[in-house]
Amino acid sequence: MTLLDLQGLTKAYPGVVANSDISFAIGKGQIHALLGENGAGKSTLVKTIYGLVRPDAGTMTLEGAPFTPTDPRAARAAGIAMVFQHFSLFDALTVAENIALGMENPPKQRELAQRIREVSENYGLPLSPDRIVGDLSAGERQRVEIIRCLLQDPKLLIMDEPTSVLTPQEVEILFGTLRLLASEGTSILYISHKLEEIRALCEHATVLRLGKVVGTCDPRETTSRDMAELMVGTTLMTPKRDGEALGDDVLVIEGLTAPAPHQFGTALKNVCVSVKSGEVLGIGGVAGNGQDELVAALSGEMPVDAAMVALDGQAIGDLDPNTRRKIGLCAAPEERNGHAAAPDMTLTENALMTAKTRLGLSKNGFLDWPSARDFALSVIEGFDVRTPGPETAARALSGGNLQKFVIGREILQKPRVLVVNQPTWGVDASAAAAIRQALLDLAGEGSAVVVISQDLDEILEIADRFAALNEGTLSPAVPTAGLTMERIGLMLGGAHDMEAAHVEA
Amino acid sequence: MLRLEKRPQPSKNWSYGAPLLAVVLTIILGMGLFAILGKDPVIAIKTIFWDPVFGQFAHFYRPEVVKKAAPLVLIAVGLSFGFRAGIWNIGAEGQYIIGAICGAGVALAVYPYDTRWVLFPLMIVAGALGGFLWAMIPALLRVFFKTNEILVSLMLVYVAEVLIKAFSIGLLRNPEGYGMPGSRNLRQYPAAANLDLISGTGFHWGALTAVFAVVVAYVMFTRHQFGFNVRLAGQSPRAAGFAGVNANKLIIVCLGLSGAMAGLAGLFEVAGPSGQILGSFPSYYGFTAIIVAFLGRLNPIGILLAGLLMALTYIGGQAAEAQLNLPSAAILTFQGMLLFCLLAVDVLTNYRFKIGKAEVR
Amino acid sequence: MDINPILLLAALMVASTPILLAAIGELVVERSGVLNLGVEGMMIVGAVCGYIAGHSSGNPYLGFVGAAAAGAALSLIFAVLTQFLLTNQVATGLGLTMFGLGLSSLIGQGSKGSPDLTVSKLHIPLLADIPVIGPILFQHDVMVYLSVAIVAGVWAFLKYSRAGLILRAVGENHDAAHALGYNVRAVRVLAIMFGGACAGLAGAYISLVRVPQWIDGITAGAGWIALAIVVFASWKPWRLIAGAYLFGGVTVLQLNLQAEGLKIPVEYLSMAPYLATIVVLVMIRAGRAPASLGKSFHPST
Repeated sequence: MTLLDLQGLTKAYPGVVANSDISFAIGKGQIHALLGENGAGKSTLVKTIYGLVRPDAGTMTLEGAPFTPTDPRAARAAGIAMVFQHFSLFDALTVAENIALGMENPPKQRELAQRIREVSENYGLPLSPDRIVGDLSAGERQRVEIIRCLLQDPKLLIMDEPTSVLTPQEVEILFGTLRLLASEGTSILYISHKLEEIRALCEHATVLRLGKVVGTCDPRETTSRDMAELMVGTTLMTPKRDGEALGDDVLVIEGLTAPAPHQFGTALKNVCVSVKSGEVLGIGGVAGNGQDELVAALSGEMPVDAAMVALDGQAIGDLDPNTRRKIGLCAAPEERNGHAAAPDMTLTENALMTAKTRLGLSKNGFLDWPSARDFALSVIEGFDVRTPGPETAARALSGGNLQKFVIGREILQKPRVLVVNQPTWGVDASAAAAIRQALLDLAGEGSAVVVISQDLDEILEIADRFAALNEGTLSPAVPTAGLTMERIGLMLGGAHDMEAAHVEA
Repeated sequence: MLRLEKRPQPSKNWSYGAPLLAVVLTIILGMGLFAILGKDPVIAIKTIFWDPVFGQFAHFYRPEVVKKAAPLVLIAVGLSFGFRAGIWNIGAEGQYIIGAICGAGVALAVYPYDTRWVLFPLMIVAGALGGFLWAMIPALLRVFFKTNEILVSLMLVYVAEVLIKAFSIGLLRNPEGYGMPGSRNLRQYPAAANLDLISGTGFHWGALTAVFAVVVAYVMFTRHQFGFNVRLAGQSPRAAGFAGVNANKLIIVCLGLSGAMAGLAGLFEVAGPSGQILGSFPSYYGFTAIIVAFLGRLNPIGILLAGLLMALTYIGGQAAEAQLNLPSAAILTFQGMLLFCLLAVDVLTNYRFKIGKAEVR
Repeated sequence: MDINPILLLAALMVASTPILLAAIGELVVERSGVLNLGVEGMMIVGAVCGYIAGHSSGNPYLGFVGAAAAGAALSLIFAVLTQFLLTNQVATGLGLTMFGLGLSSLIGQGSKGSPDLTVSKLHIPLLADIPVIGPILFQHDVMVYLSVAIVAGVWAFLKYSRAGLILRAVGENHDAAHALGYNVRAVRVLAIMFGGACAGLAGAYISLVRVPQWIDGITAGAGWIALAIVVFASWKPWRLIAGAYLFGGVTVLQLNLQAEGLKIPVEYLSMAPYLATIVVLVMIRAGRAPASLGKSFHPST
């Protein structure tokens, strides 16, 4: 039986058709996957169903009746619930207050707290209603969103990239919850680009590419490779590296300890690891376990004791970012807009931002604009950044292109050590492959590379050794060859406080 | 429904066009205001904007415009560094007053010392230093205690106003002034006077300094690391930290610089056009300079033009007060409208208007 | 010294009322994520409009109504500029203060009042007759009690009502509030207007009760002190009362000391409220500000 039927949905924005004539149907109690690369139009489609975007053309039918939500409230009233990729939560408010905000007619506070406890027990999602959301882990924050949805007895639950913040064990528990919901008759629209997960969970998949439906399949009977090719449209190259021998230790981190820089930050606790010349070290972990702080301590944004970080034997822990760049340590933080790059500045200015010291683009404090422009051009050409030119504002670039620019800017400075956080987050598959290849090439030339990522597949693909970051503590690094997902999951700290939860699937 | 759409790139044309549009809009609104006050709007606008520059008595008004513009431009250029970096020194009026007290204090302390080439430079240093130190109070409190610099710098304006009143009837009172409040007149103290460099033009040492500041600031913003860091810190504070800009140092430098420049403006004013330390010395220059800084889009050349325009509204306003009996408060209101219009049309630089239903992408 | 402590404390409540009124309005504005630095401007326009409305109608309470309306109207300029034209909130707030100072002086030109217009003191039965406490707490005009009632109302609104929860949510994370379908702009415009109305009342209290007459620049920085008190109170309503009464105390004390003819020159005493503001700002570790405070909201970003 069909729950939601989409017919010919089309939505155009200036310069881009986000959705073009999209039609498919979601059955009652079905777990339906929506597959596609970044920019394929998944977000626009989902926002259309949730009432945040109105289509230019096309119709939706919910349980046989026309469905035209004018805003999210109307969609919620009709039984649509959504768990966002970037959680729509309020850090300073409690779990109960957050949940009340997402409901049309919330019950009284005490009654609501009681129902939160009930639902969280029934579905194996332990959560205390009185806690402040800002103090919760990423997995717990997701539970807040899910419980908020479940309290409304939704007919359709939309999950947008739900597993990107979870450990493998937490993923298993989430899947248990979702299967239980489906068995009770709730339909689930599951958006992801992780093909193995979709094969494990979903009964039906619709694949989008460049705003169009390019295929449907039963994921249980289709190989990941076939789905990937459907999604990307071409065959992808796997990054390759030249097998150059590893050299001496370049970056040595010894007993790195630092307090949390802000209220909702993570303290670093006695982090010890070293990286050799020509080596790629992968650091995995769920978001919010100290990744940002580790990058800040290495880049120089958050100075620590001198002896905690050493480069080629020189203690550098207390140096400022530009001195570190001069002696060969470059970094690229996770957030492109406003951290790694200034969105309102031009690409030339953004190139100058980190490259001025190492490339001598500033003499006696006076800036050498022509050279900066040339450098920006070389990044644009060398990393296939799609842009009208170096005078374009960074904010005009798509996420993938800006990421290529940011990574390229650091790589072309030929650093001794490069530290990157989430190098391919939100980047389409071909750009991601290009970035990974560039990182391997840099290592091949004898630099040490530290890749911090929540994408474990990415780490297994390019890293020589793997270490897990868990609540500010780094596990010992182990070779990636022969490492299983289960082992990685255990290194990541397993499922936080979820062992006790029993879920009947 | 009319809605805004963010431009992928800031519009170059509108960044120049917006201030002009703002001036035109303000003149239209101002005409409405003058009409409500029962004055002929066309004559009022002509009296304010045309006559002082091109009218029959322009030779009298023009030097006055220069004298008014000099402190405004000097203070506004200093403020533009902080405003671009997101550091809000709105107490320039206080730094201006303290600069005047310190500069005049040096001269009055050694009266009647007569070696100008020693005394006048010393006064300049004292004026700049006074403003600098007054601005260091909010700067250091912000750095060490995270105290809001807007409120502290503003509270210090009221303190400075009290101080200058106290000095004018206390420490710095003219001993030969028959007990009247106010210090000796520095204009009649040759070694300390800030007189016109070219007689009759109003172009005194302060005006020269203001022009110099405009040139230096222009070079800083376009060619120098410091200006780049300031812009970066204002647009993306986290990116600035990543680029190695020390936020605390920037706060101290920006507040100190704007304080020193406001202090200089105060010194040149007290040694020149004003002449003496008096309770009525505070003149709102420090606040008007905020409008000037924004009207000039925080760009040094723009600030020069905006300062001249704002000075014109003052001088023209005085003319209108004398000739048309237009209340002086009308000009203050008019200046406020100018700032509103400028801020409002600025939206066109980064956004464009679209007709249609608002939506999320 | 023979300062009467009972009169001093009673005067303190009167001196604190305008600051408290302005501060509670600004607190609501800031909890919705908007920083309006135009409090001083809205206050002084409220002062002159309240004065004129009160004296021309002969009813001081109509004066307060007029002042609230004038403050709200002026705040609407700020609301349109910052919420719809996305102007910088700091600059717009400063502009509002300057505009308000000019406008009030323009409106107030030649306005005359009658000495007969007074806001009568209440004499609450029984309570007012309690020795010491009676004269301090229970013999004031109605606006003193109204200001405390507004604080209590705002506290209950923010803590218990759904609308208050939505307002806090908007101030905390406007993008998330928008994604949940709440109208961020509408919430903020209403909050800004409430702040304007409160500032208007505060101004009128100065020109109708505390001074009581109209003089240019009559608010003398009270609006800025109100802003400081919001920071001091860590955006919590009840702590505003402590802050406002503290500053009221400093003001009243220095006025009394002036009257006592102390050795300290008058000028230095009149600095006290401003210096006290700075000292308190330094000493009090401000709590956590609403996370979206001062940031422009545009639905497409």
